[in-house]
Amino acid sequence: MSPITRSMVLWVPDWPILASLRIEPLRGEPLASGATDVPLALIEKGLVFACSAAARIEGVQRGLRIREAQARCTDLVVRPYEQQLDSRTFETVITAIEELMPGVQLVRPGIAAVRSRGPARYYGGEQPAGLALVALLEGLGIPGARVGIADGPFTAEQAARTATSAHRVRVVPEGASADFLGNLSISLLEDPALITLLRRLGISTLGDFAALPAADVLGRFGPDGAHLHALAGGLDSRPIVAHQPPDELDLVVAFEPPLDRVDQVTFGVRASADDFVQQLVAKKLVCTTLRVEIETELGDYSERSWLHPRSFTASDVVDRVRWQLQGSGEVDSGLRSSGFKSGVSAVRIVPEAVDAIGNHEVGLFGAGPDERIHNGLARVQSMLGHEGVLTPVVSGGRTLADRQKTVPWGDRPLLPRSNRLPWPGQLPLPLPATIFAAPHPVFVYGADGTETQIDERGRFSSAPARFSPATGKDSRQITAWAGPWPISERWWDAEAALDASRFQVVDDRGVAWLLVLTRRATGSSWAAEARYD
Amino acid sequence: MFEYGSMTLAAATLPEMQDEEIALAAAPADSATIIDDLQQRIRSMQATKLDSRLLPTHPALAELLPGGGLKQGAMYSVEPTGTGYGATLLLALLAGPSAAGSWCGIVGVPEFGIEAAASFGIDLDRLILVPAPGDQWLAVTAAIADVLTVVVIKPPRQASEGNLARLAARLRQRGSTLIVVGSHSAWSQSEAMLSLSQSSWSGIGDGAGHLTARQVTVTVSTRTGGRPRSARLWLPDPELQFVRVEAPPTHLRAVG
Repeated sequence: MSPITRSMVLWVPDWPILASLRIEPLRGEPLASGATDVPLALIEKGLVFACSAAARIEGVQRGLRIREAQARCTDLVVRPYEQQLDSRTFETVITAIEELMPGVQLVRPGIAAVRSRGPARYYGGEQPAGLALVALLEGLGIPGARVGIADGPFTAEQAARTATSAHRVRVVPEGASADFLGNLSISLLEDPALITLLRRLGISTLGDFAALPAADVLGRFGPDGAHLHALAGGLDSRPIVAHQPPDELDLVVAFEPPLDRVDQVTFGVRASADDFVQQLVAKKLVCTTLRVEIETELGDYSERSWLHPRSFTASDVVDRVRWQLQGSGEVDSGLRSSGFKSGVSAVRIVPEAVDAIGNHEVGLFGAGPDERIHNGLARVQSMLGHEGVLTPVVSGGRTLADRQKTVPWGDRPLLPRSNRLPWPGQLPLPLPATIFAAPHPVFVYGADGTETQIDERGRFSSAPARFSPATGKDSRQITAWAGPWPISERWWDAEAALDASRFQVVDDRGVAWLLVLTRRATGSSWAAEARYD
Repeated sequence: MFEYGSMTLAAATLPEMQDEEIALAAAPADSATIIDDLQQRIRSMQATKLDSRLLPTHPALAELLPGGGLKQGAMYSVEPTGTGYGATLLLALLAGPSAAGSWCGIVGVPEFGIEAAASFGIDLDRLILVPAPGDQWLAVTAAIADVLTVVVIKPPRQASEGNLARLAARLRQRGSTLIVVGSHSAWSQSEAMLSLSQSSWSGIGDGAGHLTARQVTVTVSTRTGGRPRSARLWLPDPELQFVRVEAPPTHLRAVG
């Protein structure tokens, strides 16, 4: 068995509450006041996950339903619990501790562990080391932190939890863990099933549990039970694993003075983009999704994720930066025409998704003609912008416009609807070869010269005999027609609702058209959507 | 063998051309028509001298086109007429090369029917759309023709002869085929002009049925003169294929 590590554990009471207040302070209440005088509860899945001291005084507890918590404390402020926010804000605390003493382990947000041997020697004792940690957190604006120092992280954590606000550092002397833990409740072991069983066996303190023979506990409760038994006896053999800072793969290019031309910025990024890709390659990774963040002098901020069908090369990275700068503006112009009000002060490139390089290896004889085509089309994209070159995909849907989608070259298609589903109500084959980008309004007349209308049951006022564009010129006789084919979609959504009737008509010159009568709240109108030519 | 013959013909006509140039110097008043005439002759000789390879072309159209198919490095025009704008004919032209693995690009046609293209056998994975090339349409077309095998362009306006000649030279060098559509498609460099007439739809009645098939006459005229070739095609037939309309069998009756 490995020797027990003398550990120092930092505990910040009500960390979720503090984290929530640090990100978003309550209205009218300064951050520095500790925020303990406002009843606040964080809710997860309809139950109270954490609550502030003020709420606890009013009787709010962890595990209550929202309704009941609000009944007990009528001015309770309720917020949803966000675990990422917890972890993210605690990251700053971890970084600060690391500057003071190395080798910090993040146990969970709110609790961090350090080996106490080094700091104790540096500060001349365990008590001063603990006080240094508390003072550090006070400096960060986090009041009420407690520190426990004992053999093993479990005992040290319990020591921290039993520290009082007057004596914020509690030291359990070496070898005294079993005595310290002996009187504590069995419920501190985080295994509800085992706790229930032990209580029914008449064991209510950690000391009682630790008194059981270790071999019997192993035989009855298995390795997990044996581990908890060791914890209860103060024999926590877990080592403290130092927190590994994540690899820094971001690329940040700062411009001083700020640049206000697209080509200058892209030229500045070009050299660093090579390093960015090389750095990934050195870690045997390639980037498949990229986020480009652009900051300007006046604090404007532009952020966008870019997908790549394969993986980003250095020139691809530079292209993405250029396209984001150009936006919808003219090519090779200054930044002002593309929505930026001041010069660019920094560009940050973050790899959002990376993949092992082995999955993206180019074949022995190269990737064939695709590479050449990709380069050629990227050149056209640099002339027209990223949205200028498109690849077509067939999506799911009933109307012609729904079914055909385009994706900018170089992006992966993300289809909201599957084209594998049957989609009843589609047009019969053959499909029209010309689909107007914007439907042309037309008038359709019956044989008697009045405009053709259809009621909600699909009955005609008069059969269509003639139609003309909305300008009135170029009127055409209808020689054959079919329809109406009604389509009624998404009536529950006023924005996306569609109630229309479709017709195929053939005019006297042999051209066939798809005419659509759309009914809206303001009235119905005819339009030519497509041409069979 | 045919090409060899025409090359000797070209060599034989060379002294004649020089004679005409002398005539041009003598009579400047009529120079414009003579230049046109000469350019016409130069072009007609260039076409036959090119070592042109054919793209895999749909058989229904191949027999109508000069040389028996779409030539690499050549231009073709699909002209709109009263009976049709030729979008399906364009799809028929693209279907052959696309099915054989070529990449196709469509420049300046925002109304291109994607799903119709897929249903007529054009591979969407090898299709590129540039719906709005703007003022740079010639530069974009040239850039795309560098890398793709077949490029379709709908010119927003008439381009100058010089620009078109440069584009034609680039196409010949790269071996890409250009198909020009729309109302400004009558380019003098075109190898052949295709147009539609006498379209008749079947399957649709007076308030019943739906469009199933169309018969249409496709006419191909070449710039080197000669009689335009035309044929009656199903564009498409009820099985979404492009085939020639079979003449109704003549029933012979024994007499006497």
